[in-house]
Amino acid sequence: MEAEQALVRVSGLNKRYARRGGRGSPDVQALADVDLEIAPGAILALVGESGSGKSTLARCVARLEEPESGRIWFEGEDVLALRGRRLRPFRERVQLVLQDSAAALDPRLSAVEIVAEPLEILGRGGKRERRARALALLETVGLPSAWGERRPAELSGGQRQRLAIARALAVLPRLLILDEAFAGLDVSIQAQIAGLLEDLRIRHRLTFLYVSHDLALMARLAREVAVLFEGRIVERGPVARLFAQPSHAHTRALIAAVPAWPTAPPRVS
Amino acid sequence: MPYDSVVPALLEIRDLVIHYAADQGASVVAVDEVSLDVEEGEVVGLLGESGCGKTTLLLAILGLLSPPARVMRGSIRFRGRDLLALGGLEQRRVRGAEVSIVFQEPSQALNPVRRVGPQVAEVVAAHRRWSGLRCREEASLRLAEVGFTEVDRVYDAYPHELSGGQRQRVVLAQALACRPALVLADEPTASLDSTTQAELRALLGSLQSRFGLALLLVSHDLGALAALARRVLVMYAGRLVEAGRPGQVFHDPLHPYSRGLLRAFPHSVVSGAAPEPGLPVAIPGSPPDLSRLPPGCAFEPRCPDRVPACLERPPQEVRPGEDRRVRCFTYGG
Repeated sequence: MEAEQALVRVSGLNKRYARRGGRGSPDVQALADVDLEIAPGAILALVGESGSGKSTLARCVARLEEPESGRIWFEGEDVLALRGRRLRPFRERVQLVLQDSAAALDPRLSAVEIVAEPLEILGRGGKRERRARALALLETVGLPSAWGERRPAELSGGQRQRLAIARALAVLPRLLILDEAFAGLDVSIQAQIAGLLEDLRIRHRLTFLYVSHDLALMARLAREVAVLFEGRIVERGPVARLFAQPSHAHTRALIAAVPAWPTAPPRVS
Repeated sequence: MPYDSVVPALLEIRDLVIHYAADQGASVVAVDEVSLDVEEGEVVGLLGESGCGKTTLLLAILGLLSPPARVMRGSIRFRGRDLLALGGLEQRRVRGAEVSIVFQEPSQALNPVRRVGPQVAEVVAAHRRWSGLRCREEASLRLAEVGFTEVDRVYDAYPHELSGGQRQRVVLAQALACRPALVLADEPTASLDSTTQAELRALLGSLQSRFGLALLLVSHDLGALAALARRVLVMYAGRLVEAGRPGQVFHDPLHPYSRGLLRAFPHSVVSGAAPEPGLPVAIPGSPPDLSRLPPGCAFEPRCPDRVPACLERPPQEVRPGEDRRVRCFTYGG
């Protein structure tokens, strides 16, 4: 492998789903021969419409989905060969934050228990130590430790997303996959979470893989964008180049759909 | 500005105050001294974040508020009639027929175990003494109007057999079923992909001009507001803090909250260009607890321009320019 080893390398990935409703209808090719490299420290966004395969690709990288064929390496290690206990170190290094954190968080647990749980599963530290670490993490993501006893239902959408981020950080990951992590949040909350993630990214030397249909937001958050269309990466490049010289028709459609400010000065009727 | 013209507007809301009763006699102020007009055929955009009271406002217009929500003061007039004084039966005659609503989440607005065509036809049947066949024909017409080409196939489809964008078009057909004069839309594009959002935006625009619809559009879709709205209102903590034409509000926001909100948007300033590099800018702090609003301006704790007066009383509305309204001491208040 090259001198600068890729954090993630994906090669020839294929994944099919049986079409819903069945009745002999053909399978959906969710991923078709996808190659992808993510350098350490990258901020890459997978952008595409529903059904483009972007979440499937992210879930394969996180090893939550099994591809039909293809290879995935993480820090040079063959991820698809990992089984059982040998998956654990990988699970620590790759964490996910999903769109609907309300559904991803155990409603019966308090905030501090939610953050401490992964440490408990991994057998890290004593109970008191885990609790102290969880409280510190809550502070890190801007949740006052006085809120540690609240349950997810007692938090707002933005606060729950902060909680999900704190939980993901508990195990000191290298790669954070953020799948529509901003969807459903108010714009000012989006901006707050974006600022928080940027601080954390620098402080913890994280690599970010964003997954989103929102090209406008991704253009502000990511350095590079890969456009997915019908299970293929049709284009990848730095944000500025993508907007200046889109080479694929679907990229142009996504750019055209980015809302723009109304024109000034206003018409007076 | 039609705000105090002699001819009544289609919808006239004056000094509306809505509270939610909370524990121990406390109350949450959801809508506070809101006055607004929507003219016949006019699109008014309403911009505001979760909990600012915009959905409560829409539900009040439809007569769908129920305890613990309570209208404390003010009036809502539609075509000159006081909607708050109507009885249940009269309200039902207005609702769905003359004023209708499109919610954000089409999958929640449609019954998942029924075909979508009959769900449009039943809106017609609820308001017209027509035969089942005629209601069905009318519903098919609406489905064609919202852009379906294979109307018969869609009519017999279940919601899960349609895409999110198609479902939202069915909901739009429901809202238009009886040719209402006013449609309230609560973030109608928010749950959709960005390319589908652009399609729905265009469809809303063409339906609006074709049928002369008045539209009260609650949205964070700046593209929709820019393309459709003649006026934009900004709501914060239950109050309208700013109003103006979209070009004015977006390019020269007056209220510090509007300025902060617009900086948080990731969108391009120029169509087709890359958004400005760098992260969207957050407004520091968080919205106030509506059960413990401060005596002064609700935005004061987060405001970069605060002055001592902000702590004492809420600013009154001033009109710093033609067609513009703002509640902020910077402009007199």
